[in-house]
Amino acid sequence: YLDTVCLNMVNDPTQFDVLVMPNLYGDILSDLCAGLIGGLGVTPSGNIGTKSAIFESVHGSAPDIAGQDKANPTALLLSAVMMLRHMKFFDKAALIEKAVFSVIAENKILTGDLGGTSKCSEYTDEICRKLN
Amino acid sequence: MAWYLKLPTVVGRHMMCRRSFSIIPPVELLKHNGMGKNNSIAKKNYSTIPFSCYGGRHVVTVIPGEGIGPEMIDHVERIFDQLGIPVDFEHTELTGNSTEEQFELAVKAVRRNRIALKGNIATRIDDYKPSYNVRLRQKLNMFANIIHAKSIPGVICRHSGIDIIVIRENTEGEYSLLEHENVPGVVESLKVITREKSLQIAHFAFQYAKNNGRRKVTAVHKANIMKLGDGLFLECCDEVAQDYPEIELDKMIVDNTAMQLVSKPEQFDVMVMPNLYGNVINNIVAGLVGGAGLVPGVNIGRDIAMYEVGTRGAASDDVTGVDQSNPTAFILASALLVKHLGLTHYSDILTMSTKSVISDRGIYTRDIGGEATTHEMVDAILNLSLDNMEKHHLNSIKFKSIKQ
Repeated sequence: YLDTVCLNMVNDPTQFDVLVMPNLYGDILSDLCAGLIGGLGVTPSGNIGTKSAIFESVHGSAPDIAGQDKANPTALLLSAVMMLRHMKFFDKAALIEKAVFSVIAENKILTGDLGGTSKCSEYTDEICRKLN
Repeated sequence: MAWYLKLPTVVGRHMMCRRSFSIIPPVELLKHNGMGKNNSIAKKNYSTIPFSCYGGRHVVTVIPGEGIGPEMIDHVERIFDQLGIPVDFEHTELTGNSTEEQFELAVKAVRRNRIALKGNIATRIDDYKPSYNVRLRQKLNMFANIIHAKSIPGVICRHSGIDIIVIRENTEGEYSLLEHENVPGVVESLKVITREKSLQIAHFAFQYAKNNGRRKVTAVHKANIMKLGDGLFLECCDEVAQDYPEIELDKMIVDNTAMQLVSKPEQFDVMVMPNLYGNVINNIVAGLVGGAGLVPGVNIGRDIAMYEVGTRGAASDDVTGVDQSNPTAFILASALLVKHLGLTHYSDILTMSTKSVISDRGIYTRDIGGEATTHEMVDAILNLSLDNMEKHHLNSIKFKSIKQ
């Protein structure tokens, strides 16, 4: 049941693996889970149909920090990783994902929303360095 | 009436509502002119009806239901008996398999005594009988469901200092029980939002906030998608907010609310919302303070109150009868019931003792990380309550109860 899932999700989200549900419940639950992992700034998403697929980040367009090299590209980057998996480039997707997670785990070069002071370009350069 | 749908006749009663259709242009049905800005029905005084009280003893209907309900009710009766709380329980059977006649008897029993304590009644998915829980609430017009989620010190949670009141519209919205399948494989469900009930719940929420010294009411909605339905709800909240200038009204979309609740729950004070979002938010908020076993709830109508566990749901078979369930929610609900009857001293002692057993004595059940059984926890609460009663010089004079 929806209410039981919400209750258990807040207490122990690790018991869940894949969830499938109608539209409205998905809207609520996906934002609930995004809140649990750190917010919409790090949550990837994809819309998959029979003929095409669109992968997107679900955070807002943030006009106040646009063009200032301050934004966190993680959400869109991880969505691109999902896209690579959809296109069956599994090894390349795994490489990029591992690089992103290790940069975040090191906690040294992070953008403002994750608590750091680096610029977007510095964060991206660090990920590229990890990949090489 | 929309020509493209054969709507069942019961919908005729909802002629005053706007339909929540987005594809087909809305048909403005009968505009109800009786509900003006000074909505006399919504603002009626709810407090002056006397309860059944004979020889100093109150009579309360109790519906044990199924699952862990019956064993919890036994514990509550034991506590009330030992503490000498002057309440007699009138038992009424109602389970998921009950007949229509048993349901009518239950409704009459609750209406007769105007105050009830309810266990859980399971609603099977596979039979198409409408849920008895929902029908009970609708028949008795218990339009508001309130849960008060407060962090209990001693329970380990990610967030602390949570003190949120969630007020949920209880009788309409997505739980209107109106569904049809005109084309095989295509089911339409009607979500019904009415101006009358939205004003009623909004007034209730603001008045509750005012009476309890709260500063902010957050209206939870999805009006960006359901522009007519939730839009009407928001309009009603705006209208009511003008009567309460000292209380701030905030509006938040339900998915954002879910996210904010798990990251920054301290920003919320009182929340008001339609039925389905209330179900989701109730459970999220209960999970935040430690789980379903800790939060009591009440369903309130114009002159009826029914107390139950905040997150409704019959426990699954693996926790029934094994003495492992958390009795806190039930005991706190019964304490609130006692307070509603005016027996404030008993209620305060019971609430204080229950919370103290968890925080100070560290005796709690498996669901919040402890090792005590239900019996052990209830015994601890009982003993602490008796001690506290002696300390506060409350004589537990036991009036001889009239047992059937």
